[in-house]
Amino acid sequence: MKMLKKLMCSAIVSATAASTAAYADISDNEVRIGYLADMSGTYSALAGPGGLEAAKMAIEDFGGTVNGKKITIVSADDQNKPDIGANKVRQWIDVNNVDMVAGMVSSAVTIAVNKVVESKDKISLVSGSASSSITNQYCTPNSVHYVYDTYALAHGTGEAVVKEGGDSWFFLTADYAFGHSMEADVTEVVKESGGKIVGGVRHPLSTNDFSSFILQAQASGAKIVGLANAGADTTNSLKTAKEFGVVQAGQKIAGLLIFLNDVHSLGLETTQGLQLTTGYYWDRTPETRAWSKRYFDRTGKMPTMVQAGIYSSVDHYLKAIQTVKTDAASAVMAEMKKAPINDFFAQNGQIRDDGRMIHDMYLAEVKKPSESTGEWDLYKILRTIPADKAFRPLSESKCKLVAGR
Amino acid sequence: MTTQALKSATKGKTMNKTKLSFLVLLLIGLVAPYAIYPVFLMKLLCFSLFACAFNLMLGYGGLLSFGHAAFLATGGYITGHTIMQWGLTPELGVLFGTLCAAAMGFLFGKLAIRRQGIYFAMITLALSQLVFFLYVQAPFTGGENGLQGIPRGKLFGLFSLEDNLPMYYFVLAVFVIGFAIIYRTIHSPFGQILKAIRENEPRAVSLGYDVTKFKLVAFVISAGLAGLAGSTKSLVFQLASLTDAHWHMSGEVILMTLLGGVGTIFGPIVGAATVVTLQNYLSQGPLSSWVPVILGLIFVICVLLFRSGIVGEIQKFMKKNFN
Amino acid sequence: MAELLGFPPQVLFGQLLIGLINGSFYALLSLGLAIIFGLLNIINFAHGAQYMLGAFVAWLGLKFLGVNYWAALVLAPVVVAAIGIVIEKTMLRRLYKEDHLYGLLLTFGLALIIEGSFTHFFGVSGQPYSVPAALSGGNNLGFMFLPTYRAWIIVASLIICFGTWYMIERTKLGAYLRAGTENPQLLQAFGINVPLLITLTYGYGVALAAFAGVLAAPIYSVSPVMGSNLLIVVFAVVVIGGMGSIAGAIVTGLLMGLIEGLTKVFYPEASTTVIFLVMIIVLLIRPAGLFGKEA
Repeated sequence: MKMLKKLMCSAIVSATAASTAAYADISDNEVRIGYLADMSGTYSALAGPGGLEAAKMAIEDFGGTVNGKKITIVSADDQNKPDIGANKVRQWIDVNNVDMVAGMVSSAVTIAVNKVVESKDKISLVSGSASSSITNQYCTPNSVHYVYDTYALAHGTGEAVVKEGGDSWFFLTADYAFGHSMEADVTEVVKESGGKIVGGVRHPLSTNDFSSFILQAQASGAKIVGLANAGADTTNSLKTAKEFGVVQAGQKIAGLLIFLNDVHSLGLETTQGLQLTTGYYWDRTPETRAWSKRYFDRTGKMPTMVQAGIYSSVDHYLKAIQTVKTDAASAVMAEMKKAPINDFFAQNGQIRDDGRMIHDMYLAEVKKPSESTGEWDLYKILRTIPADKAFRPLSESKCKLVAGR
Repeated sequence: MTTQALKSATKGKTMNKTKLSFLVLLLIGLVAPYAIYPVFLMKLLCFSLFACAFNLMLGYGGLLSFGHAAFLATGGYITGHTIMQWGLTPELGVLFGTLCAAAMGFLFGKLAIRRQGIYFAMITLALSQLVFFLYVQAPFTGGENGLQGIPRGKLFGLFSLEDNLPMYYFVLAVFVIGFAIIYRTIHSPFGQILKAIRENEPRAVSLGYDVTKFKLVAFVISAGLAGLAGSTKSLVFQLASLTDAHWHMSGEVILMTLLGGVGTIFGPIVGAATVVTLQNYLSQGPLSSWVPVILGLIFVICVLLFRSGIVGEIQKFMKKNFN
Repeated sequence: MAELLGFPPQVLFGQLLIGLINGSFYALLSLGLAIIFGLLNIINFAHGAQYMLGAFVAWLGLKFLGVNYWAALVLAPVVVAAIGIVIEKTMLRRLYKEDHLYGLLLTFGLALIIEGSFTHFFGVSGQPYSVPAALSGGNNLGFMFLPTYRAWIIVASLIICFGTWYMIERTKLGAYLRAGTENPQLLQAFGINVPLLITLTYGYGVALAAFAGVLAAPIYSVSPVMGSNLLIVVFAVVVIGGMGSIAGAIVTGLLMGLIEGLTKVFYPEASTTVIFLVMIIVLLIRPAGLFGKEA
């Protein structure tokens, strides 16, 4: 009964709020942010509760208000299920009047949420997802893909590896949309750079034992074993590869989607020498160190690129509201696309019309245990991949917003 | 003799009571969207129908299916596919999804129905795992991304369902139809024979009933209605995904039915409402990561203390104190 | 050299060996399930969670108490069996008179509770547990590189499986157990403490799961969800072998490991599904399973 009452109240409140929204600068006198991510599942370490903390940091650093209006945040666990995520966001917008959704990890959830956000004309800032299709065939005018995507990872890591002589590849691919698109993106890069693909296996998601696939990779004679999978599948592949002496036998491993937390939990012994592409590393500049130190003090962990990106994206959103003095989606989005992003996370970052935020990416190598000076001293940055090279050029885009340019 | 008479008298009374409570529920259903968020209500109705369909098999057929997720998912995928690719109107899409789920139920039933108890549960589980694999692999399901952005479309090509209110009344109508089918099935001679089989199969056989056929028909109806729930759900959320096909979903529907009361008419509705509400409200509070633990606790408490479920216990209580 | 089905024979050899190693886990787990099912008539849905508990006890022991691998191999099963015995004494016991399905539902709920709480406290990303020094490294067998630890898994699980089989089929205790499976009332009448026998049996079945968990800890990530997906595969193994059949569980476990191994070469996408297909086929041809007796 109590719940019913509460619901009734919120329904009435939202109904009256919706009718006045058009006249107010900030709808219902509050900027409401929804944080959606996998909070307890496979991907919870790369965004999850840490990402929520980063978003809260961004709001606190902004002073808790924008143009005198309070900023509030709600969060939910999407459990990596598109129906749960989309339903939650629909409810946030319909009932709680949420203005912007941040976080979002699983690509399936993101695509579902973006459809809802577009139909309700709100904003979504995607930091966790990998699939480049989010700003390609699934692009919407209401979404920004902020940190990285499969195109950037494939080109960053793929090109670097082929350049160093890794010209024959064998793929361990997770058998779902993300794995397939990752494999396709890398295959293109490898072939363009003069390498060849000698084989691959597609394993079911959350495979228990990788030894059989590692054995096939060894038998293939490829120079590079490419891991087109994520999360637990990647860490298990790496563990098994170490156990079966893949690297000692002369093959190299290219992890295509590896986060700082993966390397940290696997340890340098297992991951040393691994090359990867990242959008952020805490120990790169004085600014990154300063921000990451503050984050570390709150969470006890160094941030992944996703967690850093969440802070940056929320901050950019709030700045845009400050400038245009409204939280109406179209005006805020226009300002976000106009203003360059210059903070600890990105230098001269820019959101394109298809929603892709382009910024410098970095090719990193995991340190040897002997080179590391601390628990979180994990990467050395080999080189910077400039923003205009890192992401899919608009000329190749299938996005409906930019097609024909 | 007197007890016999008393029993038939109370039976008449409960029939009236059931009808009365049904009317009350319907009334609540009609006004509810003005007080409660309609999408939440629609989700509740879909899962209620799913649980009722499942209950037909467990509560009245005595067979525990551990594969009902397959039907839910089939309904959703087929409806989504036919609406998106063939341009069907929503009611035709839903009908088509329901029929496909029923057809799959026929296949499942053909393979599993001769077995009982745990074997039946395990075979249905295995079959639903095969269906899950099929949906991961088949291109038309969109794999991990699922079918996204299924248009709600126009009912009979005339009435737009894009807004939540008309959609809600469509879902309510579907639910009432599905529920009526179940109610009629249970209270028909067919339902009586089904109960007889559950209570004592050898006797039913000796009375000359083709037990297998009865069970199979019940299974097909149950599968079809589970498919109906899935089809409607895919319209509501404009999405059909692998979540619905996973075996956890088969476990969830067992929980709903068990919690509400196996073999009671309203039990599955109460159970589904409780579980969906819990999931909905716990998932954004500080307790969000405890949801599986809480569901598990409910499971354990139900099995140990309230085997007849919420509605079953209430009925017992009423019988004890008011008769 | 000639090729078999398009693959060089040494590749197939390697895959079969790997299949056998995975099959050892299936054998250990399905053996525990089969014993429990035989005497208690309960499908122990918490088996996967108990396997996970075994691995976690080993990991926690190493991290906080310095208990090494070899000690954990003995201690973890004992600890987890004790938990299992408490569960049996306080909960399962009340259900023996009810439909067997209630046992399945209760243990399903328990699995949710155990896995959910571990997920809350430890997260799902795996915890590292290193291979003990004595078993690190490996040998090149010519057709493949075999890590010593994997070889140890086969040896250890075969010893335990065979020992259990021997105990049940060839000793007096085993005779009681088999008698209890056939007719508990009669056995009780002979003066055997059947409730105690049931409790111990459940404890032993659970201990086998925990033992498998410790074996798995160094090669798979120690994670709260490590058991849940394995579990339904193991169910299928038990059903294929014939519910309650001890030898059936062991042999089928190994056999399914091999079949899965071959699937990983020819059609890897289906490697987690193939066992269910086998199960359906077997049940259509032999309704009581490969080694089961027709009721």
